[in-house]
Amino acid sequence: MKRKDEPELARLMRAAISGDERAYGDFLQEAACLVRGLARRMIVHGGIDPEDIVQETLLAIHLKRHTWRQDGPIMPWLYAIARYKLIDAFRHRGRRVEIEIGEIVETFAGPASETVSDQDIGHALATLAPGQRSVVASISVDGRSISETAKWLGMSETAVRVAFHRGLVAITGRFGQKKNGYK
Amino acid sequence: MDTSELIKKLTSDPLGPARSLSTVWLLAVCISIAIAALVFFAVLGLRSDIEAALETPRFLFKFLVTGTLAVSAFNCVNALSRPGQNWRNEVLCLAIAPALLAMAVVAELYALPSDSWAATTIGRNSMVCLTYIPIIGLGPLAVFLWTLRYTAPTKPAFAGSVAGLLAGGIAATSYAAQCNDDSPLFVAIWYTIAVGILAILGAVGANRIARW
Repeated sequence: MKRKDEPELARLMRAAISGDERAYGDFLQEAACLVRGLARRMIVHGGIDPEDIVQETLLAIHLKRHTWRQDGPIMPWLYAIARYKLIDAFRHRGRRVEIEIGEIVETFAGPASETVSDQDIGHALATLAPGQRSVVASISVDGRSISETAKWLGMSETAVRVAFHRGLVAITGRFGQKKNGYK
Repeated sequence: MDTSELIKKLTSDPLGPARSLSTVWLLAVCISIAIAALVFFAVLGLRSDIEAALETPRFLFKFLVTGTLAVSAFNCVNALSRPGQNWRNEVLCLAIAPALLAMAVVAELYALPSDSWAATTIGRNSMVCLTYIPIIGLGPLAVFLWTLRYTAPTKPAFAGSVAGLLAGGIAATSYAAQCNDDSPLFVAIWYTIAVGILAILGAVGANRIARW
């Protein structure tokens, strides 16, 4: 799915507020995607279902829509609500977190890179040397830790770290090149 | 419930035209001023020498400070009630009223002989001031907390304390029309404490009722 950008999202929400149900549906779909990406990145220790954050945020968007200034940007509004709901969830769980504004800003800058399809992951992994591929797949796709991966592949932890790092660098390099190529 | 189901439900709930938040805040301020004026005339009333007082710079300066506080707090709480709105400049503007007051205090220290400083600071009405500014401000504060509840403050306690400053600015403006301690020395101590009480009440209150 093509990512919608700031002006497009703002247009959808304005249309929604003036009664366009379809635009509202599109807007909420898109907002759900953005918040899901944010929640997945922020919830690193588990314990909270990112989908709960998504739904809480959508509900808050619905109930607090009058707090968006229609001539202003919509992304900061959307992310501020999501961030508030995230912090609220962490607080309810009894663990406080500080979310740096920098991380949120990054989200504005590069929303396109936050979700990738399985096919993309496959492509990325296919470009790696076999050793790196199994390490990166084990850590990034299957979610094993460094030490679990080391045990599983019968490698030393240092070797796993090095292979993982080199693998990521290789992927970043290739994806970065591709992006420049499109320009 | 599944997220797409939720989206379907929300979409079929008619949005309707939303009232602009600035209008809501303006309305809240008008109601608050009316409440403050009502309480003020009911329990205090204007001072008897109001006409003579209107010609003294010290009396008029009180309104400059309290009015500035009210305006800057209004802008600040307005920004704080919208998610994602930048409020840093508005928070900086909150320093204008204290800065004006600080300059007036320095000027007053030059103007008065040092042996009258203590008596002027303590004044005659300090307890009246500490009692009636919070009392006059309670109604407005309740209105502002209710308004905050309708909005979406991402820092409820902070927004509540600024709502307290706004209520304090309005209450102090009306109280100043009764009090005959006009020296900036008096204002700097007692008004500040009285408004501070409202700010604390605002923070505590908003933390309870303005979460969303």
